[in-house]
Amino acid sequence: MNESTGLFPKIPLASWIESFVDFLTNYFSVVFDTISTVVAFITENLVLALGFLPALLLIVIVALFAWWIVNWKIGLFALLGLGLINNLGYWPETIETVSLVLVSVIISMIIGIPIGIWMSQKNSVQTIVTPILDFMQTMPAFVYLIPAVVFFSLGMVPGVIATIIFSMPPTVRLTNLGIRQVDEELIEASNAFGSTTGQRLTKVQIPLGMPSIMAGINQTIMLSLSMVVIASMVGAPGLGTVVYRAVTQVAIGPGFEGGLSLVILAMLLDRITQGANKN
Amino acid sequence: MSKIKVEGLTKIFGRRPKQAVKYLSEGKSKEEILNLTGMTVGVNQSTFEVEDGEVFVIMGLSGSGKSTLVRMINRLIEPTSGKVWMEDKDITKMNKEELRDLRRKNMSMVFQNFALLPHKTILKNAEYGLEIQGIDTEERERRASEALELVGLGDYLDKSPNELSGGMQQRVGLARALANDPGILLMDEAFSALDPLIRKDMQDELMDLQQRVHKTIIFITHDLDEALRIGDRIALMKDGSIVQVGTAEEILMDPANDYVERFVEDVNLAKVLTAGHVMKRAETVAVDRGAKVTLRLMRENGVSTIYVVDKQQKLLGYVTADQADQAVKAGKGLEEVLETDIPTVHPDTPLSDLFEPMTERKAPLSVVNDSGKLVGIVVRGAVLGALAGNDDVLNGSGGDVADE
Repeated sequence: MNESTGLFPKIPLASWIESFVDFLTNYFSVVFDTISTVVAFITENLVLALGFLPALLLIVIVALFAWWIVNWKIGLFALLGLGLINNLGYWPETIETVSLVLVSVIISMIIGIPIGIWMSQKNSVQTIVTPILDFMQTMPAFVYLIPAVVFFSLGMVPGVIATIIFSMPPTVRLTNLGIRQVDEELIEASNAFGSTTGQRLTKVQIPLGMPSIMAGINQTIMLSLSMVVIASMVGAPGLGTVVYRAVTQVAIGPGFEGGLSLVILAMLLDRITQGANKN
Repeated sequence: MSKIKVEGLTKIFGRRPKQAVKYLSEGKSKEEILNLTGMTVGVNQSTFEVEDGEVFVIMGLSGSGKSTLVRMINRLIEPTSGKVWMEDKDITKMNKEELRDLRRKNMSMVFQNFALLPHKTILKNAEYGLEIQGIDTEERERRASEALELVGLGDYLDKSPNELSGGMQQRVGLARALANDPGILLMDEAFSALDPLIRKDMQDELMDLQQRVHKTIIFITHDLDEALRIGDRIALMKDGSIVQVGTAEEILMDPANDYVERFVEDVNLAKVLTAGHVMKRAETVAVDRGAKVTLRLMRENGVSTIYVVDKQQKLLGYVTADQADQAVKAGKGLEEVLETDIPTVHPDTPLSDLFEPMTERKAPLSVVNDSGKLVGIVVRGAVLGALAGNDDVLNGSGGDVADE
């Protein structure tokens, strides 16, 4: 279609990418297999653990937790909202979705927070990492599914990986921002009293950047929930599958039920993380 | 030996600072260098010494380089060239560990906007310097609460900084600096963010505190009144260069150039000069000399009043010529006609506090030192003369003031 007509032949970007991916699958399959095994192990066990408790008991525990962290209103909302999901019959799917989101968010934090801290300490790192983050966020999320499938086949794992790539940037960005926003005079004071870089970070910059870091984590949670439906296309189980199946069958009723369950989950996670931030 | 010695300390902001340093040594001005190279001279070859236990004020308007200068002393800002000595140690040559050690043990800093950690209590804030040295909890709590006690905040240990007023917050900043027990305090515009009244209190308190702790203090300010109040010596900065170093009196009475002169012309002399500066010698007579001798002395010296003292030169009162004459006629002793209701002031009393006693009484004010000895008198003309900027009335310049 876009055959180059002028002096310059079309740059074979697509075939370069393909051979690069081939190269990775051929020589780094051990790495991908290891990642795959670990992620699958954690996620599956989390699903099992959460599914082990009776639905109603778990709902009450979550509601009490929300009451303790935020207030009684959110506790009540948790009770009614999760009760509704259970009543509609999507409890097992909800547990799978929550597990996928939790694992993605925790891995995003483990990778993203240190990168954010590193960025805040060195301008050169910030210069390199910022465009990568832009790329990760603006590339259509569907595109991540292709290498995810190539490297990790189908199921929960490629879903988790694609979700991490898509949802990690806010944690990195807001960690960096939070640390950089700490009042210059406080940094000076900390240096003037002879702090090491580590002491300055742990005693001044990270505690004071915490609200911003928490906001980043909150954003990451919201983005990973929005990835749930897309991840279901590569076979990640959960509420996404419910919605995706409804879309392909043009079944408006189940589609609405699945969507509503996701909205309830999103609101609940958002309020709880924001409440945790305020404390 | 001086505690701190700064030699040719220079800071250039720009990409090729060496070039600018060369231009500076050739005598080019800050402006010429900016035009030639686009680089900014922050501090230009500053040299001064600070004695042990001295309050040394670096004073200049914003942009004069004073904050940069003080930050080069503990190397929060790296000097481009020049040296800073602490006793016999060259701070500019220290490696990272030595520098950290210096900052932890020898030099503490107090900041303009207090720089307290909002997420920690007052006690924890005061502990900060000790905490990062790895001192155990018990000792650092003891030392930090002692320092807080010293600044009068012993009852606020568990409060958080934002529950305290500005003045109190800066006391915490001061306590945090003192808790390390450093020999040197660097105070960067420490009181500039406070209300004028609070600022004055803090200045007084700092001076009280200094009587007890005897630190070497380098104090940065843009406020000349503050500099004159607290500085043992003052360095005046302009465009990155030190234009004059001297005591408050030296700077006021003998400005090094037009800039300093213009700078100090608005100073409220009434607050800087004291009774000691404008007093003149009083004619005295010992009380046991008798009225006759007194009268003769007055005639010889051409005065109409004479001060009567005891053997220890302690002031008893004064007599006028009329009273002495009456005493001679009635055969009374001096002590019987003595006027004892007499206004006295201390040599350190500022001129501003002399106006009131002066308007109440016609008689000159007697200047009496701590042990009650009469050291001089102040007449109205001398006060007015001094306030008008007339150096002749000041002691040490050979002034001769007519009695009124």
